[in-house]
Amino acid sequence: MSGLLRICTAGSVDDGKSTLIGRLLYDSRGVYEDQVRSVRAASRNRTAGPIDFSLFTDGLRAEREQGITIDVAYRYFATARRKFILADTPGHEQYTRNMATGASTADVAILLVDARHGVREQTERHARIARLLGISTFVLAVNKMDLVDFDRAVFDRIHGEFARLVDGAAVHAIPLSALDGDNVIAPSARTPWFSGPSLLSYLESVELDRTSDNSAFRLPVQLVLRPTHDFRGYAGRIASGRIRAGDTITVWPSGLTTRIARIVTWDGDLDEAFAPMSVTLALEDEVDVSRGDVLARGPIHVSRRFAANVVWMDERPLDPGRPYLLKHTTRTVAAEVDRPLKLNDIGPITVTTATPIVFDGYRDNRTTGSFVLIDPSTNFTAGAGMIAHALDEQAESSNQTSASARIAQAARSAATDAEAAETVRLMLEEILT
Amino acid sequence: MHGTFVDEPPAAADVRLDHLRALEAESIHIIREVVAEFERPVMLYSIGKDSSVLLRLAQKAFHPAPIPFPLLHIDTTYKFREMIEFRDRYAAEIGARLIVHTNDEAIADGTQPFAVGTQRCCGLLKTKALLDALQDGGFDAAFGGARRDEERSRAKERIFSLRDARGQWDPKRQRPELWHLLNSRIRPGESIRVFPLSNWTEIDVWHYIHAEQIPVVPLYFAKERLVIVRGNSLIVPEQPFVPLHKDERLELVKCRMRSLGCSPCTGAVRSDADTVPQIIEELVAARHSERQLRIIDHDQDGSMELKKREGYF
Ligand SMILES: Nc1nc2c(ncn2[C@@H]2O[C@H](COP(=O)(O)OP(=O)(O)O)[C@@H](O)[C@H]2O)c(=O)[nH]1
Repeated sequence: MSGLLRICTAGSVDDGKSTLIGRLLYDSRGVYEDQVRSVRAASRNRTAGPIDFSLFTDGLRAEREQGITIDVAYRYFATARRKFILADTPGHEQYTRNMATGASTADVAILLVDARHGVREQTERHARIARLLGISTFVLAVNKMDLVDFDRAVFDRIHGEFARLVDGAAVHAIPLSALDGDNVIAPSARTPWFSGPSLLSYLESVELDRTSDNSAFRLPVQLVLRPTHDFRGYAGRIASGRIRAGDTITVWPSGLTTRIARIVTWDGDLDEAFAPMSVTLALEDEVDVSRGDVLARGPIHVSRRFAANVVWMDERPLDPGRPYLLKHTTRTVAAEVDRPLKLNDIGPITVTTATPIVFDGYRDNRTTGSFVLIDPSTNFTAGAGMIAHALDEQAESSNQTSASARIAQAARSAATDAEAAETVRLMLEEILT
Repeated sequence: MHGTFVDEPPAAADVRLDHLRALEAESIHIIREVVAEFERPVMLYSIGKDSSVLLRLAQKAFHPAPIPFPLLHIDTTYKFREMIEFRDRYAAEIGARLIVHTNDEAIADGTQPFAVGTQRCCGLLKTKALLDALQDGGFDAAFGGARRDEERSRAKERIFSLRDARGQWDPKRQRPELWHLLNSRIRPGESIRVFPLSNWTEIDVWHYIHAEQIPVVPLYFAKERLVIVRGNSLIVPEQPFVPLHKDERLELVKCRMRSLGCSPCTGAVRSDADTVPQIIEELVAARHSERQLRIIDHDQDGSMELKKREGYF
C-alpha cells in the first residue's frame, strides 16, 4: 500500500537529526496545508525564520542532558501523496536495540552524517543493523553542508564511502543543511551541482520493494471464529502474497490441503485479498486449524531447528543453559540456543524449539522469518531474531544436553530457586499443551 | 522539483484511503492478538471520536462474530449530557455490553474541579475510578484509543503498555516491540493497556470516520452554543458549579469541541465546521495541537507523563 511509508532515522549525537526531523514535520505540514487549500498560503519564508526546529521533536535533547530514558519515538507527517511514520532512533547507548526496533518495520532508513566528519564507525554500525533488518533502501543525508561551503567534492567522497558499506542496497545521497532547509523540502540554489530530488520529494515518490506482493501467500492464523455452528472462519493478517476465493491452500504444520470458500470481511465478502490486509477465511473442507497454524501456498519450512541472526537487547546475557519463549507469527514455543550473546551483540545462533514452527527465511519474508525471544523469568522481550535457514533436526550435536536432561537439571535446583521452578513449569506446560 | 507540489492535489479524502486501509489492518491485527492471548480484555469507551473508531475496528476484527469483550465507560458524572445520550443509544444499537463505573464515594464527598483542583479531581474521578473498575472486573488487558501523535510522552508509548499491579506505567520497564510481534506475557496482577490506534493521527481518525460513516457525538460539529468566554477558551456551563467570574456573561457563539471530556474542563473552539470534511479542512489548517484546549494537560509541566505513571491512560 503505497499510501504509507515507514521510515527509520539514525545518526550520531549532534549530526543534526532533531533539527532535520523537526524541519520535516514542520515544513511538510506547511506543504500539506498549501495543497489542501490552506488559510495561510502567503507570507511564509520557510527557509529563513529563526525557529529552532529541534524543539519540534520534543524532549530527546533534554532527556539526553538529564541522562534519563532514551527510546524510540514515533512521529507522523503527511503530504497529499503519502503518510509517513518515522521511527526516530537515538544514536547511542541503546542504539542497537532502538535501531533494530525502528528498522524492523521500516521501508527506508535515513542515515545522517555530518559533512565535516564523514562516515564514522557509528554510521557503519547503523548501516549494518539496518541491512540485517532487511532494509534495502537508504537515504544518506549529508548534513551541515553549509559548514563545508556546499563543496561537491566533500559530498561525493562521503557518498562513495557509504555506498561501499551497503553494497547491493539502493542509496540516495542528498547534500543538506537541516538548519537552513537546503534540499529538505525544495531543491537548494546552493547546490547547483546536485540534480536529485529534495529529501521530501524523494520520500514521497520512492518505490517500495514490492517483493512481498509477488511472494507466496502466507496467513498465520490468529483466531478461529465460530459465531454459529454453520460458520467457522480463520482470522488473520495476510503476511505476504494474495489469495482468491477458490484457491487451493495448505494448512501448516499439518500439511492438509483445502480450498478457500470465502474471504469474509465486515464490509462484505471479497473475491481477492492481499498483504497486509486483515481478513477472515472460510475453508471448503472441515480441516483442523488452530491459532499458530499458517495457511499458505508454495513451499514453506516446518522445522524445530534453524539458524538465525539474533540481536540481544537485554542486560542479562542470552544463556544456552536456559529455555526461552520464542514468539513467531502467532505461535509461542519454548526454545533453546547454542551460544551466548551479550547486550547489543548481534550474532548467528542455532535455535531449537520444543515443537516445530512454520517459517520462511527472513530474506524472503519479514513476517514469517522473524521472531522474538522472551525471558520467561522477567517476561522481557530480550532478543530479536531473523531466520537464516532451516537445519536438520537430527543433527543436534550429542554434546548438547537434551531438553529433557535440562528439565531434570532445572528441577533439581527448583526446590530452592523460584526462577528455576518457573522454568520447569514453563517447559512442562509447553510439552503438555 | 517544485513541480511535485504544483500538480493538481488529489482530494484529501481519496489520498487517505489506501493508507487508512493499511492502518485499519494493523489495528485489527492488534485487537485480535489481545483476544487470542489475554483472558479478560475490556475496551475503554470514552465516547469520543477515537473510541468510535476503535469500536468500529473491533466490530470488523471479529465479524461475523460479535465483539467478544465488554466496553467500560468511566463516568465522572461531569461529561456532557449529549455524550451520555449518545453512549447509551449507540451501545444498544450495536449490541455491545457496556459497563459504567463511577467513583461514587468521591462524588458524594463533593469532588469537582473547582472545589479540589483539576489534578485531584482527575485523580479521583478518572484514574482511581479506572483502576477500581479494572480491578473489579479482573481485566488483564484494556484497550484505549490513545494515539502517539497526541502528546509528547505518548510518542514513545508501546502498543502493549505494561502496567504493574497498581496500574502504573514505568517507562523503563516497557518492552521493545519489533515487527508486529507483541509480547503478551504478564505476571499475576499485572495488566496491559493496548493502543491499537498508536499509529493514527487526528486527521486519519476523521478521514476514517468520514470514509466509514461512523456516528459521532454531535458536540464535534459547530453550532451556536451558549458559552462562557474565558480568555481563549469557551466553557459550556452544563454544571451548576462552574463559576461565572466578574464581567463574564453567557454568549451565543458558533463553536464545536475538538476533543470531548468533562464539560467544566473541556473548552470549545470557535468554528463553522459542521460536517466531517469541514472538520478535516479546519484541522489541516490548524496550528494548535488537539489537546491544547484540554485544561488538564497544562496544569503541570509534563503532566501527561505523570498521569500515565499514576495509572491514567
Ligand atoms: N550549521 C549547521 N548546523 C546544524 C545543522 N543541522 C543541525 N545543526 C546544529 O547542530 C547541533 C546539533 O543538532 P541537533 O539537531 O540537536 O542534533 P542531534 O543530536 O543529531 O539531534 C545544533 O546546534 C544544530 O543547530 C546544519 O545543517 N548546519
